[in-house]
Amino acid sequence: MYLIKEIKEIAPKIKKMVLEAPLLAKKHKAGQFVMVINTEKGERIPLTIADKDPEKGEITLIFQEVGKSTIEMGLRKPGEYIYDVVGPLGRPTHIINYGNVVCIGGGVGTAPLYPITKKMKETGNYIITILGARNKDLFILEKEMESVSDEFYQTTDDGTKGRHGLVTDELQALIDSGKKIDLVLAIGPAIMMKFVSLLTKKYNIPTMVSLNSIMVDGTGMCGACRVSVGGVTKFVCVDGPEFDGHQVNFDELLKRQAMYKDMEEIALKKFLEELKKKEPCGGCHA
Amino acid sequence: MPDKKWIPQPKRPRTPIPEQKPEERRRNFKEVALGYTAELAIQEAYRCLQCKNPLCVEGCPVGIDIPGFIRHIGEGRFEEAYYTLKKYNFLPAICGRVCPQESQCEKFCIMGKRFKPVAIGRLERFAADYFMESGKKEDFKIDPPSGKKVAIIGSGPAGLTCAGELAKKGHKVTIFEALHKPGGVLVYGIPEFRLPKRIVDIEVENLKKMGVEIKTSAIIGKLYTIDELLEEEGFDAVFIGTGAGLPYFMGIPGENLNGVYSANEFLTRVNLMRAYMFPEADTPVKIGEKVAVVGCGNTALDAARTALRLGAKETHIVYRRSKGEIPAREEEVQHAIEEGVQFNLLTNPIEIIGDENGWVKALKCIRTRCGEPDESGRRRPIPIEGSEFEFPVDTVIMAIGQGPNPLIQETQPDIEVKRWGIIKIDEEGRTSKKGVFAGGDIVTGGATVILAMGQGKKAAQAIDEYLKTGKWA
Ligand SMILES: Cc1cc2nc3c(=O)[nH]c(=O)nc-3n(C[C@H](O)[C@H](O)[C@H](O)COP(=O)(O)OP(=O)(O)OC[C@H]3O[C@@H](n4cnc5c(N)ncnc54)[C@H](O)[C@@H]3O)c2cc1C
Ligand SMILES: Cc1cc2nc3c(=O)[nH]c(=O)nc-3n(C[C@H](O)[C@H](O)[C@H](O)COP(=O)(O)OP(=O)(O)OC[C@H]3O[C@@H](n4cnc5c(N)ncnc54)[C@H](O)[C@@H]3O)c2cc1C
Ligand code: SF4
Ligand code: SF4
Ligand code: FES
Repeated sequence: MYLIKEIKEIAPKIKKMVLEAPLLAKKHKAGQFVMVINTEKGERIPLTIADKDPEKGEITLIFQEVGKSTIEMGLRKPGEYIYDVVGPLGRPTHIINYGNVVCIGGGVGTAPLYPITKKMKETGNYIITILGARNKDLFILEKEMESVSDEFYQTTDDGTKGRHGLVTDELQALIDSGKKIDLVLAIGPAIMMKFVSLLTKKYNIPTMVSLNSIMVDGTGMCGACRVSVGGVTKFVCVDGPEFDGHQVNFDELLKRQAMYKDMEEIALKKFLEELKKKEPCGGCHA
Repeated sequence: MPDKKWIPQPKRPRTPIPEQKPEERRRNFKEVALGYTAELAIQEAYRCLQCKNPLCVEGCPVGIDIPGFIRHIGEGRFEEAYYTLKKYNFLPAICGRVCPQESQCEKFCIMGKRFKPVAIGRLERFAADYFMESGKKEDFKIDPPSGKKVAIIGSGPAGLTCAGELAKKGHKVTIFEALHKPGGVLVYGIPEFRLPKRIVDIEVENLKKMGVEIKTSAIIGKLYTIDELLEEEGFDAVFIGTGAGLPYFMGIPGENLNGVYSANEFLTRVNLMRAYMFPEADTPVKIGEKVAVVGCGNTALDAARTALRLGAKETHIVYRRSKGEIPAREEEVQHAIEEGVQFNLLTNPIEIIGDENGWVKALKCIRTRCGEPDESGRRRPIPIEGSEFEFPVDTVIMAIGQGPNPLIQETQPDIEVKRWGIIKIDEEGRTSKKGVFAGGDIVTGGATVILAMGQGKKAAQAIDEYLKTGKWA
């Protein structure tokens, strides 16, 4: 059982949750994640440790409310307990001084990107950050990311902030400007990572992506998270979550992510109906 | 009760065990075999000849005093039968249910030469169930505290047994388990209809009563390394019982299509995460109309019978060897046939074919014939050229075996491993690292519950020795 110290909305449908987890706070390394079980009957969902405070013994999770588990988690209150948290899982990011590193965050992908960027900065890299979102209200961790960046760009699909366009447009502009880029690190929706990787491949820029496949145990025991990387099957939870973007079969990943779409909808619908019964106001989630 | 003369009744047919009817059970998760009543158990017990030189004992990997406990049952001294079993076997209720008796104790039973062997497993199960249901408290004799601490990694049968034996010797034992429930394969793999989870729960509770601490969701190699356990967390010895949890795939085209599961994933979703209750429980599982399970071990049959229970219209086993080579327990094969699982033997998958949306639509197979025996002593399947065919299915479950999970070995390179990451141990269960022992599937590769238990027990003796003498030969 893990005590919820704090929970708040930091952008529409994006919540930040601080948990008391002293051991995880101590052991976590940038790039690692945990499996969270919200309630006794809950599923195990992977979430990145977005920040930690080993002194206070706390970890921070930032999650987007996309389905039953994350919406239900978003309704929890400080003082309540999360059923279980296990980790830290996955390989830590390989952080060395690469030189000029472009860190690209799409949507809630900025959450896992932040601790890595911070560490990259501490290790002496020159950090160029590009954050993308659908509109200006959906950005998260803007201040935090800006504080660890040497250059900071934003893009929105609707032009309400920064460049009107996609993160790949900003990246293309950077490349065109002749800037030397030693590494691109992209974390966001699979489709974003796919197009970033396609672009950087043309210019032979090494690219690291962090994959969000469906997981069950997170310890290498089931194979639910498998993806093809360079034609070889890898388990994201133990071999990743980071991989060479040029080698990943994103189309397969995208298909596999949709495997339970119909069932996820059933679970969500049932949950929202039950919620409505409890809170006849209609709730803000329907 | 005074000992009366034992008059065996060898001519009596082997007592059948009451079972749920196939038509009923193929759609529910309740236990298939209901177990002997006291009368049936006594009746079966008297088939035993009480051999002076009991061959059955030689077939049991932990050498249970089989005629001894059977005699107790025959004489109605069920509690004594239980304690006799417990001297050798830490988990009799479990082994009575899942041991491959036909290739162990019962294979050697002298009665099998002329008649059918004594139903040793069923009697073992009876004695253990009887004791559990009596609600009696087990009396554990625990030595005074030794002041030593032992860490057990993994809570499968190897880890549970090792923990129990060490707790009895007065050592302070902590089990670290990666998953959120203890039991290893006993909870995430073997389904409820073969091994009710309450039995595993009772054994785990017993361990807690003996003072064993169980830390779930604690992955060694991630949360702590073994070095940290020994150097920082104050443990005097470590036992690795992490099993063989890494699922193998065949490496054929189409294995990453939607609708292809490893048996581990499929069974974990259903057993550990209770997907059979979806959407009451949050974890989903997909069952098609037509399911193919590749392989024919216990794991494959468990997956096939689980799929059937979840509503699959047809479930097929696809196995590249012939009937004589089937590695699953005989009883499970029989049960699966009765429930309607279809067996496609001498058939090997060569490709999984998907539709335009990335979902499985067919399994492409080739027929095989038996060749010469291979290293495993089983006849090698040889593909028959030109016999390829496609067989429409919407779910494929791969159950072709498991290997050791690499998490520990990655963070502890000073522990010597053999092929495929299997940990090397000596006779006593010692690894190449001082103070670290191992046993169970992590040293044998996928084997059996009783072998894992036997190794857990043996290692416990060696650990106790080591803690007392400090000697590392
Ligand atoms: C290593 C890793 C780190 C992640 N870190 C974060 C993070 O920091 N913040 C964040 O918001 N999200 C993160 N995710 C994604 C997050 O796990 C999913 O959004 C979440 O599981 C959705 O659950 P749900 O029940 O709310 O939605 P559902 O209704 O179940 O599904 C909605 C979507 O989430 C995906 N999904 C469903 N179940 C899982 C699962 N068990 N594992 C992965 N994806 C799933 C599905 O593809 C689906 O498209 C991470 C994923 C991985 C693999
Ligand atoms: C579906 C299925 C059916 C089977 N049926 C039978 C049968 O009928 N009869 C029979 O005799 N045998 C059967 N077996 C085989 C038998 O279950 C195994 O041989 C036995 O469970 C091995 O025991 P173990 O203690 O070595 O490992 P396991 O039971 O595998 O337990 C290992 C435990 O260690 C944990 N672990 C792994 N890594 C770590 C880590 N780094 N840190 C902490 N914990 C960790 C795992 O989560 C797991 O709980 C079956 C196996 C399967 C998969
Ligand atoms: S433990 Fe297994 S092999 Fe030994 S007597 Fe019992 S059922 Fe037979
Ligand atoms: S070999 Fe058979 S008959 Fe003889 S003691 Fe063992 S169980 Fe009884
Ligand atoms: S989530 Fe099960 S192996 Fe990766």
